[in-house]
Amino acid sequence: MSYIPNTPADQQVMLERLGLASFEALLAPVPEPVRLRRPLDLPPALAEPDLKRLLMSMAGKNNDLDSMISFLGAGTYDHAIPSVVSHLQRRSEFVTSYTPYQPEVSQGMLQAIYEFQTMVCQITGLDIANASLYDGATALVEAALLAVGPGGRGEVVVSQGVDPQYRRVLHTYAHARGFHVSEVPLSNGVTDLAALNEAVTPATAAVVVQQPNFLGSIEDMSAIEPIAHKGKAVFVTTITEPASLGILAAPGDYNADIAIGELMSFGNPMSYGGPALGFMASKQKYMRLLPGRLVGQTVEEIGDKHTGYVLTLQTREQHIRRERATSNICTNQSLLAVGATIFLAALGKQGFRELGELCLQKAHYAYLQIAAVPGFEAVFATPFYDEFVVRSPVPAAQLQHQLVQNGIIGGYDLGRDYPDLENCLLFCVTETRTKDDIDTLVSTLREVQA
Amino acid sequence: MTSAEKLIFEKGAPGRRTATMTAMDVPREPLENMIPPNMLRKEPAPLPEVSEIEVVRHYTHLSQRNFGVDTGFYPLGSCTMKYNPKLNEDMAGLPGFARLHPLQPDETAQGAIQLIYELEQYLAEISGMERVTLQPSAGAHGELTGLMLIKAYHESQGQGHRHLVLIPDNAHGTNPASATLADYKAVEVKTDPATGGIEMAHLQALLDAYASEVAAIMMTNPNTLGLFDSNIVAIANMVHEAGGQLYYDGANANAVLGITRPGDMGFDVVHFNLHKTCSTPHGGGGPGSGPIGVREHLVPFLPGPLPAKGEYAGGASTSHAGGASPRPYYYWQDVGPQSIGKMRANNGNFGVLVRAYTYIRTYGPDGLLHVAQSAILNANYVKHELAADYEIAYPLTCQHEFIATAQRQKEESGVTALDIAKRILDFGMYAPTIYFPLIVHEAMMIEPTETETRETLDYFVSVMHQIAEESRTNPEIVKTAPHTTPVGRLDQALAARKPNLRWTPEQEATH
Repeated sequence: MSYIPNTPADQQVMLERLGLASFEALLAPVPEPVRLRRPLDLPPALAEPDLKRLLMSMAGKNNDLDSMISFLGAGTYDHAIPSVVSHLQRRSEFVTSYTPYQPEVSQGMLQAIYEFQTMVCQITGLDIANASLYDGATALVEAALLAVGPGGRGEVVVSQGVDPQYRRVLHTYAHARGFHVSEVPLSNGVTDLAALNEAVTPATAAVVVQQPNFLGSIEDMSAIEPIAHKGKAVFVTTITEPASLGILAAPGDYNADIAIGELMSFGNPMSYGGPALGFMASKQKYMRLLPGRLVGQTVEEIGDKHTGYVLTLQTREQHIRRERATSNICTNQSLLAVGATIFLAALGKQGFRELGELCLQKAHYAYLQIAAVPGFEAVFATPFYDEFVVRSPVPAAQLQHQLVQNGIIGGYDLGRDYPDLENCLLFCVTETRTKDDIDTLVSTLREVQA
Repeated sequence: MTSAEKLIFEKGAPGRRTATMTAMDVPREPLENMIPPNMLRKEPAPLPEVSEIEVVRHYTHLSQRNFGVDTGFYPLGSCTMKYNPKLNEDMAGLPGFARLHPLQPDETAQGAIQLIYELEQYLAEISGMERVTLQPSAGAHGELTGLMLIKAYHESQGQGHRHLVLIPDNAHGTNPASATLADYKAVEVKTDPATGGIEMAHLQALLDAYASEVAAIMMTNPNTLGLFDSNIVAIANMVHEAGGQLYYDGANANAVLGITRPGDMGFDVVHFNLHKTCSTPHGGGGPGSGPIGVREHLVPFLPGPLPAKGEYAGGASTSHAGGASPRPYYYWQDVGPQSIGKMRANNGNFGVLVRAYTYIRTYGPDGLLHVAQSAILNANYVKHELAADYEIAYPLTCQHEFIATAQRQKEESGVTALDIAKRILDFGMYAPTIYFPLIVHEAMMIEPTETETRETLDYFVSVMHQIAEESRTNPEIVKTAPHTTPVGRLDQALAARKPNLRWTPEQEATH
């Protein structure tokens, strides 16, 4: 099977036009010692129906979230996708286009991204936003790089309430780039304010806190903000569960300088974690330091001066600035940004708030029910959004396995990232879980205990 | 020309909506019982209020104002804009792949880990490398990962002082930018004007001057001129002798499938752009996927976790009934202490990986070779046909792409590569990559790919001929192009001088 339209006869005509007897002449520049004179050792080609059968059987070996009841969040959230979103996002003019280098024939993608930038500002309460980044973890890195500046030195202070995967990625980049990362411990499920106050020094380039944090707790940003801003540090807030912004104060409300995070759960399938949709929004003053692409509105050069959209401020970017660029990002996540844009348009002002409250209410119902199961206890008393921590009477891995046997994907095992939370699980309840789902979980937990 | 499409924010009316929300089927608690008042949102996010028909028409109209491979020919050099098979989209959309949580237990994601495990092996074979990680999100992300691996390797060898990365002057801009992010200093290597490859004397001079400081060389082969550097074996030996590593930028890997392999050329690290070579759609600027392949000595430094294959045992991975051979069990394995760490959250751009897997299984070994051969033939054919009207920067046998220039037109009538690119749009085709590589004046980088018919290539050639004619007889029509697109040439200078990066209600009032 093949998507190559030209037949051997077509190719023969073309070769003759080139005055060549055979294709091999075109490979003359490839020296014989590096030629691969054997077929690649790969499985043979399959026709479409056979390949479909194979892929469907592989997909069938997975327990997907339509066949299981999932209470897993921990950075990736199951929010319902209205049918209208997928239909529009999958229009092939969007799907099969490249980065909009020729704006006159790319107005659709450019305008959609301009709308995305605007909506990210609307939900975060900040001034400007870029066109997307790979994922939340790399968005956090980009914020840190922005803060430490072109010298790539200085220190980034990060709360242990930030997603452990994000922190791991930050450490990886920090080692290569040469800046220091110091972590601030948690106390009763939230950032330890005294420790934070001690960690922030005049050398601190950025202070990073997640809201709600990885344990689901809501941080007291009104207490954190003055500490973050006591020196010259950039105050960065991380948001992995954007549905929370329907209910919780926006980063702009608590004077964050930069908000980064993950928007995949808005209109895009979770797809085993990728492609994801990193975002970055900031105060106006960081405009010329923002990484990644920016779409701006302009007008036609001549004629009717109609409004149009272009990639702009490109002198910040790698293809112009090369080794002096602040970031190396090129390809980003445009199609996912289109999905999130249509999702937010479909939810609208009212729906966005309702989504925020549905998750909050259902999670609190589940929290009360689970905490009442003998043997299980809620670990923290701090306010939370749609995730919370429960200590299990049996090892977390064992509990997860038993839940799987009952058609449930249980909470995230926190012991691997937080040694003092051994046998603790992070449960997530979004709007996609029904009361029946929650009651099924609770009755299963009772059996586990019994 | 049609007029501008209003923004979604300028449509709709208060109270309109599209999505309906699931039932609130749990007892409703007052918000203040759950959230302290100072942590509640003060004002609702001022998102649009639009009905479903408005959403549908708006984004349908936007899609109609966008050009994709499905719309027409897309000869955008170095971007490999080949046809994106519909089958691949369907496979990535199967609920068994699309509806998987990245952190769900391995026992519930056997098919996904198997796919990742097998795709790694396919890419290792295609590139001639020992091991592959599928974690990086795009080509530039892969570049940075590769440089971090090289850095970690040098550090482990007591060579952490090596701080220079050699990069040819025709390289993609991401190469030097990635080097900087890895805290390396980029040093430019000149192109030999006769061969279009690396100028060997210059490379030798750099290695003589900086041997103990060179960490690596980053190369694309074939390079961005579309030319295969025949000196590659000598280059590899020179750099390795100096203690440096060789990094292969896989942006142009479409030209080498089954013909030669980076590993056989002497490279230590290679990245793939699955959104180019394996035809996963580019989505208007992403998502991509930038897997990294490495030789054996770099394997311990790979980011983790990595997929592994074992056998079903007792306990969590229930044993199977019957006496047949043991059932395989796929799982994520943590990496060792030398690992650079982690490059992103979760397991890579899995949705893209499903498409790439489907692509490779569609073609098989003979088919992939035919992909490369057809891409090379198409490029040489178009180059040959354009040579009468346009200067060809390096009139040699090219591989998957080549550089034509507008120098003749610019001298004769002031028509530039930009003008020609805009004029091409009037004929229902996308433009070549222009003004890149930077070392060629008025460059037009043309990559037809293997998925175009001979008729399409001939049409492109005829249009280019017409534009060359117009440049002589009626240059104004070229200089003021495009004429048939949704908008005319846009004021880039204004956009940069007075950046308008978001809509505000005040803006609407002034319209």
